[in-house]
Amino acid sequence: MINPFEIMQTINMIDKENLDIRTITMGISLKSCADPDLKAMCGKIYDKITSYAKDLVKTGEDIEAQFGIPIINKRISVTPVSNLIEALPSPTVADCVEIAKTLDRAAKTTGVNFIGGYSALVHKGYTNAERVFIESIPEALASTDIVCSSVNVASTKAGINMDAVKQMGEIIKKSAELTADSSGFACAKLVVFANAVEDNPFMAGAFHGAGEGECVINVGVSGPGVVKCALEKVAGEDLGVVAETIKKTAFKITRMGQLVAMEASKRLNVPFGIVDLSLAPTPAVGDSVAYILEEMGLQQCGAHGTTAALALLNDAVKKGGVMASSYVGGLSGAFIPVSEDAGMISAAKSGALSLEKLEAMTCVCSVGLDMIVIPGDTPASTISAIIADEAAIGVVNTKTTAVRIIPAPGARVGDTVEFGGLLGTGPVMKVSRLDSGEFISRGGRIPAPIHSLKN
Amino acid sequence: MKAVITVIGKDKVGIIAEVSGFLAKKSVNILDISQTIMQDMFCMIMLVEFRDDDTVISDISGQLTELGKRMGLSIHLQREELFQSMHRI
Repeated sequence: MINPFEIMQTINMIDKENLDIRTITMGISLKSCADPDLKAMCGKIYDKITSYAKDLVKTGEDIEAQFGIPIINKRISVTPVSNLIEALPSPTVADCVEIAKTLDRAAKTTGVNFIGGYSALVHKGYTNAERVFIESIPEALASTDIVCSSVNVASTKAGINMDAVKQMGEIIKKSAELTADSSGFACAKLVVFANAVEDNPFMAGAFHGAGEGECVINVGVSGPGVVKCALEKVAGEDLGVVAETIKKTAFKITRMGQLVAMEASKRLNVPFGIVDLSLAPTPAVGDSVAYILEEMGLQQCGAHGTTAALALLNDAVKKGGVMASSYVGGLSGAFIPVSEDAGMISAAKSGALSLEKLEAMTCVCSVGLDMIVIPGDTPASTISAIIADEAAIGVVNTKTTAVRIIPAPGARVGDTVEFGGLLGTGPVMKVSRLDSGEFISRGGRIPAPIHSLKN
Repeated sequence: MKAVITVIGKDKVGIIAEVSGFLAKKSVNILDISQTIMQDMFCMIMLVEFRDDDTVISDISGQLTELGKRMGLSIHLQREELFQSMHRI
């Protein structure tokens, strides 16, 4: 029989330390749904999603009951919708919004809590359809509930499309204005990427990439609370011991993710794609990435040393997780979404954590500036400049970076904005008042860095 | 399929009787039991065997949680593979 100590350890992790599977995400290719007739295309999209994912939620719940592991979210990611728009003879914004509404309806029918893939990849340039598609994002997000959107504006291979960067600053502002009554909630469903990954199961940035198969199951694990509790037991030990402890814990968490992924794939008869080894926080006390950094000995997240501590954490999570799963992918690392992390929220409120420090942290974490609320009167060009900085970090360091920022209409520094649920509470953070407008309005493309020339 | 049932809570008369009686009614076979008292806390781990049927195991899992609530205990039912995969290479 299995060792009772190990059984009790697992139960403790689930009961007291918030261990969970964050998401089972089914990736569905919509390539076969492209059609020059909008109505026919919407019909095909609805039918395909509702038939492929009809058992997704039920299967997730069954696994949850039998293994006693909480599975928080069941989600769907689809082929970037901008690719489908290409099939329409002369696409309009209204056509794009119609497709977004179809996705929303299909996702609600299956019972999932988010659908991602209202996306475009324009890191090198736009097609005519993509230009129209990106214009449609604010209205699409404002008129749907659970559709998530992402736009890739840069890659290490292609450089940074500064025209797209400029446009995305405006799109974010417009999205916030259209949903002013909910403090710009649409922006919480919109991510601007550099080096976007094709198999990420986490929202809002999930989409089913061009190189993916017909249908696939990806699983995202979580468990910052478990790592924090494991570190409490090695208080005072040197950082080598800290890294080793994180690795061992990440291994166990990932094994659970792998088990759930294999089981879901078998039951749904859909190939298993990847396990994403991310430590994703939630606003629940005890489920915070910031608390892990503080457990390492920082007075508060944001203190000098935070970047080093985060780098150690991010690397150890990957090293521990990589042996535990046969296929690792997605973003895999530690997330630092400010409004979704109790420790980050309090650090931002007390002034310990600034936007500048967060930017430094994104050089070593798995994604980027995530769920950050900024004053509503921030100019679009400043938002574009924030995106450009993040994209540059991603492009030069050959990593994924992202910006999910909410210029909450009417909000000022010091206010807090309530999003509810997993999206949490965002303190409004200070943004530099210096003008970046002229730099952004130059447009064009920042060339790919020298180290992208590997062939 | 095999599963592990854990029962944790304050020790009192009749815990084993109640849990094993419930399992007997549901025709679940108990393969092994280990039990200790740690600082007044009752801790029981049972290895049980089920018919390979999804609905049965989900159903019993829910009813055990209910039983636990009634008795002031925390009762979990989890398939054995979970522990094997987390703790064995």
